[in-house]
Parts: sequence; C-alpha cells; structure tokens
Amino acid sequence: MKDAKTDRPLLEIRNLEKRFDLDHGFLETLKFKQGRIVRETRSVHAVNNISLEASRGEALCVVGESGCGKSTVARLVAGLLTPTAGEIHYGGQRIDSLSRGEMQPLRKKIQMIFQNPYASLNPRMTIRQALEEPVRHHNPGASAGEVRDKVTEVMMSVGVDPSWAKRYPHEFSGGQRQRIAIARALTVDPEFIIADEPISALDVSIQAQVLNLMLEAKESRGLTYLFITHDLSVVEHFGTRVAVLYLGSVCEVADTRTLFSNPKHPYTRALLSAVPQLKDDRPNHIRLKGEIPTPINLPQGCPFQSRCAFADARCKSEKPKAIHQPDGSTVACHAVEEDRLDEVAAG
Amino acid sequence: MSLLSVRDLTVKFAMRDQTVTALNGISFDLAKGERLGIVGESGAGKSITGFSLMNLLSRPGYIDNGQILFEGEDVVQMNDKRLRNLRGNRMAMIFQDPMVTLNPVLTIGQQMIETLMAHRKLSREEARQIAIVKLREVYIPSPEERLEQYPHELSGGMRQRIIIAIALLLDPQLIIADEPTTALDVTIQADIMELMLELCQSNQVGLILITHDLGVVSQMTERTLVMYAGRIIESGRTREIINDPQHPYTQGLINALPQQTLPGQRLKQIPGNMPGLASIPTGCAFNPRCKYATDLCRSRVPETVHYGEVEVACHEVQRLNSDEDRQEARA
Repeated sequence: MKDAKTDRPLLEIRNLEKRFDLDHGFLETLKFKQGRIVRETRSVHAVNNISLEASRGEALCVVGESGCGKSTVARLVAGLLTPTAGEIHYGGQRIDSLSRGEMQPLRKKIQMIFQNPYASLNPRMTIRQALEEPVRHHNPGASAGEVRDKVTEVMMSVGVDPSWAKRYPHEFSGGQRQRIAIARALTVDPEFIIADEPISALDVSIQAQVLNLMLEAKESRGLTYLFITHDLSVVEHFGTRVAVLYLGSVCEVADTRTLFSNPKHPYTRALLSAVPQLKDDRPNHIRLKGEIPTPINLPQGCPFQSRCAFADARCKSEKPKAIHQPDGSTVACHAVEEDRLDEVAAG
Repeated sequence: MSLLSVRDLTVKFAMRDQTVTALNGISFDLAKGERLGIVGESGAGKSITGFSLMNLLSRPGYIDNGQILFEGEDVVQMNDKRLRNLRGNRMAMIFQDPMVTLNPVLTIGQQMIETLMAHRKLSREEARQIAIVKLREVYIPSPEERLEQYPHELSGGMRQRIIIAIALLLDPQLIIADEPTTALDVTIQADIMELMLELCQSNQVGLILITHDLGVVSQMTERTLVMYAGRIIESGRTREIINDPQHPYTQGLINALPQQTLPGQRLKQIPGNMPGLASIPTGCAFNPRCKYATDLCRSRVPETVHYGEVEVACHEVQRLNSDEDRQEARA
C-alpha cells in the first residue's frame, strides 16, 4: 500500500552508510608500521549501502546477529545518529539532514521503543510524569485536563491501570514496564514506531502479552513498524516484510511468507535452520564455518563469503548486488544469481 | 543407583523482615549420562536449583531441608574440603555469561592449567597437554595459541567453548548448564548445543540444562522438569511434555510461543505475572493465572500425581483433559 498523497512508501532508505571512527584526534591516528610512522584512521563499518522501504501499515522487520548493524539502522531512522552517506525519506520528505528544530514535528510522528525497559524509563519520574511529558512537549497549547485525559486514555488502551500513575518504574515488572514504554510512545499519536528488540528481555508468556499489544496498536491505530530483532520466530508472527542483515549489508528482503517458505540467501537459510524448534529432538542446523568477521576490516567481495559454503572466486572479489527475484524478494548473492546453490547442496 | 537424587529440597532466603521460600520441597532423580532440562520463567527457581546442587548458595540463601545425594553422598552435609573435591572435579557448572566466568587478568592457559593442578597431581607440562586436548575436543582452532590469549581477545562463542572445555577438564560426571547460550546468537547457539550434546553422549556425562527456551530443551534433553514459583509442577519425558503437556502452565508456556499461532493472529498469552517470592498465592501458586482454577486450587497445594505419561501437580488435570476445547485442539 503506497502513501496516498505522494504515491511513495512512507519510509525510504537509500544507500545508507554509517561509519564510526575508532581513532579520534591526530595522535591516535599515528601508527608504527614496518619501521615507519604512518597515519591511519580505522573505522567500524556498521552500515554499508543499505536501501529499504516500508509502506504505510507495514511491519518491516530487520533481523541479523549481534554486530550486523540492525540497531544502527534503527537509530539512524529515528534521527539519533547522522548517516555518513545516503538518504532517509519519510513521507516524501528527506529527514537525515534536518536540523533539530526541523526534526521536531517529525519526532511526534516517529516514536521509538527500546529493548531494556529498565533503562528507558526515568527512575525518578512517576509513571504519570513520564507519560505526560511527551504530550506536553508536543502539544504546548494543551490544558492540564486535556493532557491528563490523553494519558489516561492511552494507559487504558495498553492495559496499564490508571491507578498505577503515582508509582515509580522500579515498582513494576519487566513486562509492565515495557507496556508503560509502549504507552509513552503512543501518547503522542505517532504513525511510525521503531522498536529495537522490544521483547528480547522478557519471559515467554510476557513476550506474548507485549506482542499482542503491539499487534492491537497496529490494527487500531494503523501504525507502521520498523521492528528490529534477532528472534526469527517473532518475525514470522509479527512482520509483513523482512530484511536480513549481515555485517552491515542487506542479504535478502522478502515478504515474511516468502522468506520463511523459500529462503534463498545461504545466510538466511543458515539463520532459519538455527532456530530451535519444538519438534526437533536434536540440534539440526546448517553449520557455518568460523565466526562473524569484525566490521573494522571488511572483507573484499561478499561480506558473507568467509562463512559461506558456496563461496567461489567471484564472491571473494566482487560484492554482490541486490537482484529482484520472480517471487518478489530481493537477494544479494552471486550463487543465487548464477543458480548454483542447489547443485552444490546436491553434489 | 542414580547419579543424582534430590529429595524434598527446600531453600529459603532470610530477608530483613521475613524469610521467603525459593524452593519448596523439590525432588527428582538423574541417571548416569542422562540429560535433564529445567524450564520455567524468571523467578521460578531454576537457577537456585542449579546453585543448590553444588551447594553454592551464599547468604542470605540457605538449604533449609532435604537431601542432595550425588553418587550416594549427601552434598548438603559435606564439609568444605569434600565440597572442593566435588566442585569442578565430579560436578561442573556452566553459566550464562562467559565474560563473568573467566578471569579477565589471567590467560586461558593459566586458568585451565591451574584448575588441573589444583585437583590432580600433575606437572605443568602434563597439565598443558591435557588443556590442549580439551580445547581440541571443543573444536577450538590452534589451541596452543589460545592458551596464551586473554578472554577479551576471543569472541563470545569461542569463550563459551572454552568454558565448556574448562568444565570438562576433570572429566566430571555431571554438568549443570545455566542458560549457557542465552547471550549468544542463534547460529552460535546451535553450534554450542550440538557440541554439548556430542560431548555428553560420547563421555556419558549427565547434563542438567537450565533454560527458558523450550526449543532448546526439545533438542537437547531426554527428560524435563517444569518449575513454577519454587515447585516442580510437571515432569516427564521431554517429548511427552512438549507434545502433550498436562499442567495448564506448561500448556500456556508452549501455546504462548509465536510458532504455535498463525502469523498475524493474537498470541495465546498467559494472563498476569509470575508471583514474587514474598507473595506466593495460597493453594496452587498458579491459580490466579489459571482459567481452570477452582476453590480447591485456591486453598490447597496440589499433590504430584502420575497422569498419562507424566507427573503433574494439578488438582484439575482430569477435568482439564476431558475439556472439549482440548479434545478439539488435539484432533
């Protein structure tokens, strides 16, 4: 579903890059190599040339292992970090280069939920204070009564008892705090929610409660989600589209159903096979060689080649481009492009 | 004789104004080389069980009552010297966070060699050779070089492998693994689990795997205990418990998993939260969250009964089983 006004996706990320410098200042850049002093700046390549889109009403999930850059993507979209290169468009407007003042009206539309509800609520504010603050900030004209009504309404809608309002965050369990954090994001009636691992810190039964709440909010408020997670079973349930990230690059983007029924990229396949299933009676996964390389010295060619069973000379030298597949997914893999995945597996 | 036999174990914590019960009379057995899973949510008492088995509880926690018979000897009654001989030597423990378990200022080699020399009469060189063999067993590439490295130089998966190698150093009879892969990525978790399974099977080592992940339990263990608020509420063969759980809590845990619901549908959540230790409800501790609860459930703690293929502590298990919804769900 495209945005009616502009006929473009609500969120567009184009060729996004983010590097974090490791060496700050002149002295740190000096290195001693082969008997000579040279200047060298190392940087972490957290996000490399990522392009993604999310249409209104979608739940776009970004999955990958630790260090793949998924949280960095979330923070870039939320405007908490500035990209090194590339563009982010929201509702047809470019938002990555806006000043703080220009960003202000957008912050009301784009809200973020974090992983750790212990850290994202101010321990010295009561729940009422924490929930009223964003409403006041974004609606300076609202009367005290209006603010109070808005907060009570949102609290009811997410199952937070309004009588809790006088209490402090430490009086609540993890699941309750995450509800409060969600309530806080919803008080300003956002259109777009960025959720960075919102349920990873919670127990299974509480995960179900919070996921249900997020699904309800999606239905009743027509929200669009950017959902960051490492848990593929949640993705299958919650997401409409999935982007698989590896070392800061997108491996595969597909509709959730397509991705789970017909994963194409070797990394996606390995990742899916590694999720422990209830029906398994022993570990049953595609083994990957070695471990994730560091994003400081990125390998040339395909980022996944050092662990991939299908890597050949081309994979080592040339970075694969994202190629559209007949079923609507996009895959960046030479082996998929050359159609030699299943041959090797068979032979 | 079973390797481990826990009888009526009760663990309490002495707080300033009251004493709370963390484990309330739990009993179970473990045969030699058997793999047992302990599942439940945070606060159920899983980790406390693990700690108690090695008599590692520290104040304010203490073992109030019960026996832990390990190879016929009661761990609860052991003095410090015997405990030192037990820990690491015959029973080893693996924790969630490898960075906390390894000493950051000692090399991997120092930590492994010292452990060996503390328990066995070995020369430094002999100990080194054993350490290298053990590292090779857990598929650590170039083990000679790893011995010279410090924990921070290694990745999370590599560190957890080293922890497993250290746990296996003295060929223990039992390994207690407390959420050993929770901090790791799924692909690494799968590798570590496969490795642990292989090592336990080839060396006939018993395993107690404490986790909240039912998928992991399904892959790794032969028998499972489900804990809730300090009691074992259901136990039996892992396959039976996962395919046909009897206790409403176990059913709730399994049904709450996203895989159990069609994509986009509401997940089947368990209402409410695990109670705190200071406010465990009277009767069955699960009764406020249970849709089958009756007056009996609210007043009396259920006995553990044999039902079908499993042991279950629930007053209503019979009625529950004749419940039409359940019959339909199974069909």
